[in-house]
Amino acid sequence: MANFTKATSIYDWLNQRLAIEKVEKVLGSEYWIPKNINFLWAMGMILVVTFVLLLVSGIFLLMYYQPNVDTAFDSVNFTIMREVGYGWLWRHVHGVAASVVFLIIYIHMFTGIYYGSYKKGREMIWISGMLLFVAFSAEAFSGYMLPWGQMSYWAGMVITNLFAGGSLHADGLVEWIRGDYVPAQAFLTRFFMLHVLLVPLAIIGLIGLHFGALRIPHVNNLDGEEIDFEAESKKYLAGDKAGSKVIRFSNDFMSKDMMVVGFYLVFFFYLVFYHYGFAMDPVNFDPADGLKTPAHIYPEWYFLWSYEILRPFSTDIGLMAFAFSQVIFVALPFLDRSPNAVPASRRGLFKYWFWAMLIDMIALTAMGKLPPEGAFSTIGFVAAVVFIGLWIALPIITYFEKKV
Amino acid sequence: MFANILISEINMNDNSRRGFMGKAFGGVAAVGAVASLFAMKRSWDPLPSVKAAGFTTLDMLGYKENELVTEKWRGKPIFVLKYTEEMLEAMDEAQKPRVITVGEASYLVTLGLCTHLGCIPSYEKEDKSFACACHGGTYDIVGNVTKSPPPRALDIPPFTIKGNTLVLGEVGPEWLKMKENGLTL
Ligand code: HEM
Ligand code: FES
Repeated sequence: MANFTKATSIYDWLNQRLAIEKVEKVLGSEYWIPKNINFLWAMGMILVVTFVLLLVSGIFLLMYYQPNVDTAFDSVNFTIMREVGYGWLWRHVHGVAASVVFLIIYIHMFTGIYYGSYKKGREMIWISGMLLFVAFSAEAFSGYMLPWGQMSYWAGMVITNLFAGGSLHADGLVEWIRGDYVPAQAFLTRFFMLHVLLVPLAIIGLIGLHFGALRIPHVNNLDGEEIDFEAESKKYLAGDKAGSKVIRFSNDFMSKDMMVVGFYLVFFFYLVFYHYGFAMDPVNFDPADGLKTPAHIYPEWYFLWSYEILRPFSTDIGLMAFAFSQVIFVALPFLDRSPNAVPASRRGLFKYWFWAMLIDMIALTAMGKLPPEGAFSTIGFVAAVVFIGLWIALPIITYFEKKV
Repeated sequence: MFANILISEINMNDNSRRGFMGKAFGGVAAVGAVASLFAMKRSWDPLPSVKAAGFTTLDMLGYKENELVTEKWRGKPIFVLKYTEEMLEAMDEAQKPRVITVGEASYLVTLGLCTHLGCIPSYEKEDKSFACACHGGTYDIVGNVTKSPPPRALDIPPFTIKGNTLVLGEVGPEWLKMKENGLTL
């Protein structure tokens, strides 16, 4: 068993102790990727890169940030922004990444929906992905509390109030979550803990689960073709690289992935240096004041669609619609009754369902940003009803879908 | 951890010594898990010092008629408005029970938080009403809803009357009566 020989190289020394050759094969050179995919399959890698950017910039912010209601605002807006060398860089990278990560998540999700990559053994990929979405939402919300500006305070107030459950009046639960009657010191410190430790830990664990879930079914492809990865990889290893439908993950596929990541990073740093404003709400440059509400309280753009589902209804119905919108995407693999795992364009009515859902969520996002008056209220209301209607229609239209 | 318990379930089928050890460990672990959950829940509770700072005393002689003053109680804004003679005369039966009388004068005393999602409504002096900018809710001069989405009138904080002062946070007979009549939560 444990039979160690004199090592011939550092590689060999490590290999005898850690089986790095085997690990490299399992994770890289013999992890097979279909050839028939496009740049949309690089979104996962972009998400990993963005998470690393958040982690690194976050670590530097953490060196000067003070989780105290009296000093938090200045530690960010004065110390980090003006005193710390390149402190502004970490803050702008962190803020822009927190915003852009959701854009990429939404593209990643809708790619999965379009190509049916949530069924036929890929259900756990989808479910772990949705858990990641929830964890990222919690991370963004808890991070938003930290600068302790007006939007931090009032978003914290309004969102924690949701836990009173409308007419249930669970005020005790709300006070328990806050550790006080209103967002105050206990609130800030516990959200700080969530933001820098517990939620990032959960995210790292979930990324592991997400990758593990990919292992057996492998990634989908542009035609939803069921590839026999065993046979195709044998063909590849036997030398028929052109005839095989798959390539190695590393370094072959990685090099393509990194190409897309390269374009992304140029775009990302363009935003960081020239257009970071969209990720910083001007209202949050006023310090938190519990006796003054900002004229309009709205969340960051990536939460607007679900906020708009809450808004047009009375409190209780609004809360139910909101709760529905938060969990329903998880159930997609089970609500889609059709056995077809092919692109939406070949799936009859589902094709229209897909585009209707995408356009509806964009409409909800736009209306969520506008003041709730007149025509905007009506459009928002219709879009919210359409959202719920589409989910009710999904099992029915997919049940009658023809097998392709 | 969970997987271990599942696996020990299987082991228990053969009533071996290992099965017994699995059960014994599971029992101890379950007690420990419940106990630590309790400790965790308690650690999230508001601190005693936070709870104890929950009282505010207002001197009611210091207010001017038709001028809204925002006080602070438990970190939340409290609206205090001294009514004018005309205001009181114009009130109907649905409005009167919400008026709080201390000594000679009558007041509105409510939480200054919209009952919808907790924004602070503003007082419209001309209109003698409150308007919430967040989702467009409005309230009348006693805090009753005149336009949704707010689901109920502005809440009245627990109070007790002591001479010319009002102690917020302490339950007095007047407040209790309002609560029983469903005027506030
Ligand atoms: C996982 C994804 C993450 C997301 C989506 C995220 C999101 C956010 C957001 C929205 C803010 C407020 C931005 C601002 O107003 O400047 C923030 C601030 C902050 N984050 Fe993160 N964050 C993430 C990861 C991390 C990590 C891993 C750390 C550290 C270990 C960290 C440390 C901080 C600190 C110290 C602040 C306060 C400073 C500031 O507001 O500029 N974050 N985060
Ligand atoms: S918070 Fe006042 S109307 Fe919604």
